[in-house]
Parts: sequence; structure tokens; C-alpha cells
Amino acid sequence: MKGIFAKHNKGVELLDHKNTKNMKTEPISLPDKVYLSMVQHIGLRCNPVVSEGDHVDVGQPVGDTDVVFSAPIHASVSGTVVKIEKIMSIMGSMDRHVVIEADGKQTMWEGVKPPVVTDTDSFIKAIRASGIVGLGGAAFPVSVKYSPKNLELVDSLVVNGAECEPYITSDYRAMLEDTEYIIEGIESVMKWLNLRRCYIGIEDNKPEALAKFFKALEGNYHIKVVILKSRYPQGAEKIIIKETTGKVLPPGKLPADIGVLVSNVATVGFIGKYMQTGIPLIEKRITVDGGAVTTPRNLLVPLGTPIYKIIEACGGYKEKPSKILMGGPMMGRAIYHDGKPLIKNNNAILALTEKEAFIEWESPCINCGRCIRACPTNLMPVLLNRAYYNNDFMEMKRLNVQACIGCGCCSYVCPSKRMLNMVHSLGKSKLKEMEKKQ
Amino acid sequence: MRYGNLIIAHSPHIDAGITTQKIMGHVIIALLPALVVSGFIFGMRAILLTLVCIVFCILFESLFLRVTGRQDSINDLSAVVTGMLLSFNLPSSLPFWQAIIGCFFAIVVAKQIFGGIGNNFVNPAILGRVVLLISFPSTMTSWPLPKTGFLHSDMATGATPLYELSKGNLENLPNFSEMFIGLHGGSLGETGALAILLGGGFLLFTRIITPQIPLVFLGTMGLVAIVFGQNPLFHILAGGAMLGAFFMATDYTTAPLTSKGKIIFAIGCGFLTMMIRLFGAYPEGVSFAILFMNILTPHINRLTEHKVEGVA
Repeated sequence: MKGIFAKHNKGVELLDHKNTKNMKTEPISLPDKVYLSMVQHIGLRCNPVVSEGDHVDVGQPVGDTDVVFSAPIHASVSGTVVKIEKIMSIMGSMDRHVVIEADGKQTMWEGVKPPVVTDTDSFIKAIRASGIVGLGGAAFPVSVKYSPKNLELVDSLVVNGAECEPYITSDYRAMLEDTEYIIEGIESVMKWLNLRRCYIGIEDNKPEALAKFFKALEGNYHIKVVILKSRYPQGAEKIIIKETTGKVLPPGKLPADIGVLVSNVATVGFIGKYMQTGIPLIEKRITVDGGAVTTPRNLLVPLGTPIYKIIEACGGYKEKPSKILMGGPMMGRAIYHDGKPLIKNNNAILALTEKEAFIEWESPCINCGRCIRACPTNLMPVLLNRAYYNNDFMEMKRLNVQACIGCGCCSYVCPSKRMLNMVHSLGKSKLKEMEKKQ
Repeated sequence: MRYGNLIIAHSPHIDAGITTQKIMGHVIIALLPALVVSGFIFGMRAILLTLVCIVFCILFESLFLRVTGRQDSINDLSAVVTGMLLSFNLPSSLPFWQAIIGCFFAIVVAKQIFGGIGNNFVNPAILGRVVLLISFPSTMTSWPLPKTGFLHSDMATGATPLYELSKGNLENLPNFSEMFIGLHGGSLGETGALAILLGGGFLLFTRIITPQIPLVFLGTMGLVAIVFGQNPLFHILAGGAMLGAFFMATDYTTAPLTSKGKIIFAIGCGFLTMMIRLFGAYPEGVSFAILFMNILTPHINRLTEHKVEGVA
């Protein structure tokens, strides 16, 4: 009966595996070389603004573009640009990377100073200059998100501290270690964008973080902490909007269309810090975990550091990794080689052993309906799967495949191990292609 | 150390650990209490007939898969479940060769020629039973009477409670405690209401099945019985109602996908069962009712498709 009357997120219950939740974030020792991809966000690629042989300082822009829908990229170490080469990025496309050999001095660029903000426009400009993108995983340029067409209708900010993916604790550590920065970030966003309310959604498996925010926000009536049930995918944009504000986000619409802006805790935490120091986005707090890693821990890593260097900082591999994920096990991206560099939206690296990575082969669908009961957006993956294998993309459209948020609950619960989430992704991209042709 | 050649796959990278084989295994476990009770009530012949059905269902499935060159899927245990369910719907005195014909229709005709597991449009065990009922009416309706204790060969045959009811012999009806334990004539696995309830409870508890179908099925039957002035408890306990509601109508492939659809399906099953019992030519109607609703399932699915929130 839950299916019909469900008011709350359906989703699935997961073992949280938050092994690193009590481990303080520690900075990694400086890598000798960093590889800065020119595409670290959704939108248009940047062009290198430095050339081979140039000396760069920390925080100096190395990639930028005139197009609004993008975010600049800054040097994460000081040193010499040794090469600008095309290599395959984590995203799977061939992109230019600026390779910087670190000199170990970490001298700060003279252009790094706290931004002067006087109104909404100068705030958006400062945000764009910081290079910040959505750190929750989507990598949507924040300056674009914060300047919607109908800003006057937007009244609420939803801050996402759900962190519903197993293993990952980087947002949790951010909430404990950077509480003040997060609150300052929220306040400056609310001030410059004229927002009246803010909801911070935190899952109930993080009582320490909840307590810290309740205490810090005592007497503050504009920022409300919302306790969310620990149930994946509580941190998905559409779900957290509904759980905190009660508003429904129709598929294909942006949160701003229903008067809401959504940002991750790490994003607002960065904004709070940037407003004080002016240091752009050059490092990332990540969780390194998985059965193949010797000592799982939380690290503060300069962008562009190769994955294997990060694993080395965790004592190296305990056994041969079979699968390495950028992100959590539910939505993370599997990479084929551990020499790839870290980019802005990565919040975890998981190295899985052969046993952990094993998933049985597909068998025929038995129509059990578990996927339907699990889908947080009320889709019917069993029918979408059938339509896909019948090559019936119009049927997939009729069944609203475009509303799929890619959370993977359907594949997770499937007893036949159907790759339902993949089928949805393929269906979505095929439909996009068909629409372009018309 | 640096590693290449890592596994690439689309997310998610973990699963809930449930497989088709585990689901079928749970159903088999849930059917065991009823089988044991049946052995006590109808003797060794009941167990033997069940084994014959299981063996021949597996045999037909594996032969068909080999002949047509399809991927071997015996390991999913679905043929074992079909064999058990088919035998539970047969009188324990049925000749083995007739039961084997039932296995053939269940596995080959109902299931495999439509594409195997997940693609059949009617419940294989029910189709097997209906074919046998129509083909061999005399052996399929001579019901051995219970004689508690294993190992006895010659059996008296008699009528089922529903047959007595349809003939109006109300003084021959068993009392409710007898019906609860299963001490009356009937198919070998359907008489022990308590054992079936135990198995059904296990399936509900382990979330293999959802409660909509069994509850609404039996509830509708009870309501219709009350409307027509009959004892609702008698109708729920008699015949194959319990077995049908918990094990046959809940078959994933042939029942609707959504909760709403399942409720419509179960109302139809319960209503049709009572109509056949009260007004039909047969004293029992569970098989025909489920079979009929199986055929309607695609339409129920279409009518009860989920709507995505926010989509006009």
C-alpha cells in the first residue's frame, strides 16, 4: 500500500559503510605534478590561458572562457607549466590538460584577495571567478545556478547535507570541521540573492552534525535544520526539495522554477571561506575507502592530483583493485585506469576488491515489481526495460524516462540483476539525440 | 603501484544480494509445511506424486532448453516451484502418467514456448491443472479421503467439502478445526489451511510477496459469501482458496505490477471464484478465476501505470 500513499521518499535502505566518519580531514603531501583538465564542470570547456614554460602561482587561473555557462580553472600548486596535452579525462572525453610541475613553495598568486561584493551582480561575478561548481557531484557551475531568469521569485535555499551514498563521509567531515564557514556561506548567499529562508537537510545517521548545527543556529529563525530519515537517495535534488520544502520539482524543470536553489554543504562551505580569503577552488575534501585501500581516510587534495598518488597517501593498495569508483557505489563513475587526475566534483575514491566489485550476470526479468516499489520518482523500470529492448523509444518517452534521476535504486533491488539504470541512461540520451535531429 | 584494465560498468556498483534463485528457494521452503501435512493426511503417495511432478518439470524444462539451444536456466529453481504447485493441485491418487502430461503442459506449453521464465502469460501450474481437469475428469475428481499416518496404500475416495455443499449435503461438511488442519478430501496440498498460512506468512515476512493479493482475494471471497448468505470462513478454508491466494495468484509474472493493479486483480479472483462456486458447473473455481485474471493482467497493468509527480 505504501506505493500509493507514499508521501516520503521510497528509495532503498542501504548499509552505510561510513568507515571514515571519525577520521579528521588531513592534507595530502604535495604531488610532484598535477594534471588540470579543462573540463571540470557541466557546460563549455575552458581554454588554457597559460602556455608551456610559464610559471604559475597557487590560485592563478590556468583555464577560462568567455562563455557564461562554465567555470574557470585555477592552478592548485605553484610551479612551471610543463605541458598542455590531450588525454582522456574521467568523464570519458579527450580533453586538454594543463600539466604543472610543482616547485613545492606553494606561493600564493598576487591576485588572490577577498572579493569586494556590493550587490547581486558583483556577488555572481565573484562566485564565477572562484571557479566553484556544484560539489555534490553534478558539477553545475554555481554562478549559473545562482543567476536564474526569475531570481525575484526564488525565496528559499536548500542546503544538501544528506550524504546518502554509502562510504562517503567528506560532507559529514565538512559539516563538523567547517560549520562556521557553511553558515557564513549560507548567510552571504541569502543576503546577496535576497532569499528569505534556508533549509539544511541532514540525514539522521549523522547525529553529531545535526547537534552541531542545532547549537550553532540556536535563535536563528531564517535557517532551519531539517532531520531527514536515512534512506537513499535522500540527497537527490528532487527528493531533498520535497523533503525539506514540500515542493514538487517537475521533471525537466530547474529548482529555480519552483522558487528554490539547492546547494551542497561543501559548496556553501567553500563560498563562506572564499568570501573571507579569496582563495579559489583549488583543493577538494575527499573520502578514500574500499576494501582494496590499506587505510581508508579523509583527505584534502589539490585538484589535478592523480588517483594513484591519493591512494599512496592512504598506504597504497592492500590487494589488487578490480574496480575504482569516483564517487559512491550507487552513482559513482567507474574509471579504467588509476592514473587519472582528480576533478572538482569528485567527493570520494573507492577502490573495490574483486569480491566487492562482483555483480552477477543478467537473467530474465521475472516482473517482481521491486524496481517499481523502489523508484523514488515513481517510474516503472520494468516497463522501461522492456520498451528499450523492443527499441521503442517513444514508449520510453511516454513512460517518462526523462524524469529518471539516475539514482540506481531499481538496479540495486533487481533480483535478475537487470541493468535498469543503464537502460534509462541509454534511453535518455537516445531521446535527446532524436529531439536534436528534429 | 598503478593499475589499469579496471572493470568499467554503469552505476550502481552494489546490489541488494537477492536473486531469482533465492526467491524461488524461499517459495519452496514456504511450500514445505503443506507438503509435510499432506504426507500425514494422504500418505506416502502424496509425497511421491510431488516428487514425480518436480522431476518431470525439471526434465521437460532442461530438455526444451537444450533442444532449442537456449541458455540453461535450471538453476533458478522455478521449475521446482512449478512442479510442487502443480502437484499440490492434484488428488494424491492421480496416475503418474497423467501427472506427467500435466507437467508437460505446464512447463512446455504455458511457460517455455512463450519465452521461458518471466514471459508466460498464465500461471504454468494452473494451466497444467486445468488441462488435466478437462482431460481426465474422473481421476481428477476422485478425492482420496484422509487417513492419518504415512504408509497405507488402498484408499477410500469421497467428495470434497465444496462438492458436498454444491449438492446440498450440509450434514456431511467437516467442522472448522478439521478444515483448519486439512482432514478432508481434496487436492493433496490444498487442504491444510494452517500449513499454507504458515508458508504464506513466511513469504510475507521475508517480503517475497506483498500482502495485497492474498488479503484482498480472501477478503473478497468472504464478502461475496456473506452477501449470498453463506459462511465466509467455510469458503475461505475450503478448496484451493488459501493455496491459490498465497501461492498461485501471487506469481510475479502473471499478476499486475503495481499495488493498485494487484488489488483489482485480487478482487477479480475472489469474485470469480465465488461466482463459479455458487453458480457454475464446477464445485471449485479458484483455478479458473486466477487463469482468467492472468489473461487480463496486461490490461490491468496498462490501466494502473504509475504517474510521475509533476507531469501533467
